[in-house]
Amino acid sequence: MMHMHKYEKIWLFFGIGSLFVFLAVLGVGAFAQGTQGIKKVDETPPFNQPGLVKKGDNEYELNMISTAFAYIPNEVEIPKGAKVTINVTTKDVIHGFQIAGTNVNMMVEPGYVSSYTQTFDKVGEYVILCNEYCGAGHHLMTAKVKVVEQ
Amino acid sequence: MMNGTWKVDARDGKLAMAHIYVAFVALALGGLAGLLQVLVRSGKFELPAGISYYTILTTHGVLLGLVLTTFFIIGFQFAAISRTAGTLSDRIRFWGWVGFWLMTIGTAITAFYILIGEASVLYTFYAPLQAHAGFYIGLTLVVVGSWISGFATFAHYAKWKKAHPGQVSPLLTFMSVVNMILWLICSLGVAATVLFQFIPWSLGYVDRINVLVSRTLFWYFGHPLVYFWLLPAYMIWYAIIPKIIGGKMFSDSLARMSFILFLIFSIPVGFHHQLVEPGIDPAWKYLQVVLTFMVVIPSLMTAFSMFATFEMYGRSKGATGLFGWLRKLPWGDARFFAPFIGMLFFIPAGAGGLVNASHQLNQVVHNTIWVTGHFHLTLATTVVLTFFGAAYWLIPHLTGRVMTKAMNRLAIIQTIVWSIGMIFMSSAMHFAGLLGAPRRSAFSTYGDAPQALEWIPYQIAQAVGGTILFIGIILVLIIVTNLAFFAPKGETEFPVAEVAEQAERTPLVFENWTLWIGIAVVLILIAYTVPFIDMIQNAPPGSKGFKLW
Repeated sequence: MMHMHKYEKIWLFFGIGSLFVFLAVLGVGAFAQGTQGIKKVDETPPFNQPGLVKKGDNEYELNMISTAFAYIPNEVEIPKGAKVTINVTTKDVIHGFQIAGTNVNMMVEPGYVSSYTQTFDKVGEYVILCNEYCGAGHHLMTAKVKVVEQ
Repeated sequence: MMNGTWKVDARDGKLAMAHIYVAFVALALGGLAGLLQVLVRSGKFELPAGISYYTILTTHGVLLGLVLTTFFIIGFQFAAISRTAGTLSDRIRFWGWVGFWLMTIGTAITAFYILIGEASVLYTFYAPLQAHAGFYIGLTLVVVGSWISGFATFAHYAKWKKAHPGQVSPLLTFMSVVNMILWLICSLGVAATVLFQFIPWSLGYVDRINVLVSRTLFWYFGHPLVYFWLLPAYMIWYAIIPKIIGGKMFSDSLARMSFILFLIFSIPVGFHHQLVEPGIDPAWKYLQVVLTFMVVIPSLMTAFSMFATFEMYGRSKGATGLFGWLRKLPWGDARFFAPFIGMLFFIPAGAGGLVNASHQLNQVVHNTIWVTGHFHLTLATTVVLTFFGAAYWLIPHLTGRVMTKAMNRLAIIQTIVWSIGMIFMSSAMHFAGLLGAPRRSAFSTYGDAPQALEWIPYQIAQAVGGTILFIGIILVLIIVTNLAFFAPKGETEFPVAEVAEQAERTPLVFENWTLWIGIAVVLILIAYTVPFIDMIQNAPPGSKGFKLW
């Protein structure tokens, strides 16, 4: 179709090549390591008793409800080293669910359950906050995670 | 490029200038809103008279993200097609004015409902937050007006093609056509959600809205929207900057190919804005991430082409050594300097964009203020500095004036002020975002959480940067006002570059619109059909509207 300059070919070869390497890494992360796992509401248990539930040896489930402008429960204690599957849903508008300083970061949308599994290895206090605009009190919507020694 | 007229016809100039005036008024008001936001977020100031932070935030996003960009782009493109494909016919110009007034009236209606506090839903207006119907109706008029201007552009192009059978169209006209096709295809998404979902729902004709469908249609539009902003900057880089520095364009075909690649790859990628949300299968998200990465290719081509042009020019002026050509570039010419600085900022901006589009990295930065830092590099620096650089010759060209040396010097200072302000603000946003500080949020210590207290120094740095940027806005407004009304009368060139002698001949295949639009549509269908049907078939009950501000 058209001729390209030699340097341009070299430039594009390395440029595009690195894109494919990057995409391969993302693909491995996405599918082999399962770093994405968000399910629909009909596949997840109900939220009639929000809070931390022990599911096995060191495995927990944390069910949380978001609503303008709070999380239920608003304080959670997690034993250090626990592998926690966090399920969040919303009673009203779209919210965010982010635990600052971790990779937990989800959009929470009406009618759906957002899930993410995280292992809490470091003792300390982490802030949960809403990072999707939800109204006048959006910046006051917060909760706390305390990771404590077992 | 030879067959264009030298000067934009005065009547076309008036149409272009009308758009540019609205754009800079939006810059003034939107910039003021931005200043108030960074001051509030520093924690040291509060808004007077009970004005809501989120009203200001909505104003800022709508005025700068939608109004400034769309008006400047359409005004610039009308001037560019008039300059390169000849004066517009009376009928086409008439429709251009219809488009302008629809967009202006729409903007006024939307702005009214934002300012009276009936539409603090931000410019992404995610359901089920429900604004007054007037907010959505005003936005619809803006989009419909832009469509009319798009069709006026196509009509002008068709007329040129008819008069020049078998010839390759002028590059700037070709690029304007690509950008308006891109805009039309992508804005169908936002039009669909606004017309079929938001307006009936906000008027009370239907009770509930499918939230995920509305978000998906929005982001089907929302990502190509950023390419609709970027492509006019690329037009200026490819087809105008070489002339400003006194050189030649590296390759006309390369420029056209990169625009066609943008047309094909920039639309089926909206899921990369929805990576951390439920209800979309990860495989479809990954497919769209792959397509997103393809958009990097035309940007790599553009980077190559620009620096090849600069180097060719410098060497033709006798530069030696690996980087000697850098010294030959016209650093004292604001028409070159401002866009060039914009190009430099695109290097970190593009890298940050790859981070945002990567699923696992996005997990860390999604909805943090990192993202705000990112698009203040892409849109608010790369694109905006390029537009400023273009305004420095476009406005005097259209108003029959010349830029004085003093104004040129002020424009150089403006560029430096902007860069300093943005380095402060954007870097602080990126770092705070990595620590978890959220975007789109008023000042908060989150119950004096130790983590949130760590973000405050960054927020103060953002306020410092934002204040410097506001000074930059005042400077550019002084320059633009001078060029429009007070600069000495005279002739200013509308620079259009010629292709270098050694460049390959441009094949006509780039104007095979059926082919390119066909490929674009096929990719969109592949990327969206299955997940979209899934969203509708497996939809939870719709949501009622909420007004939580």
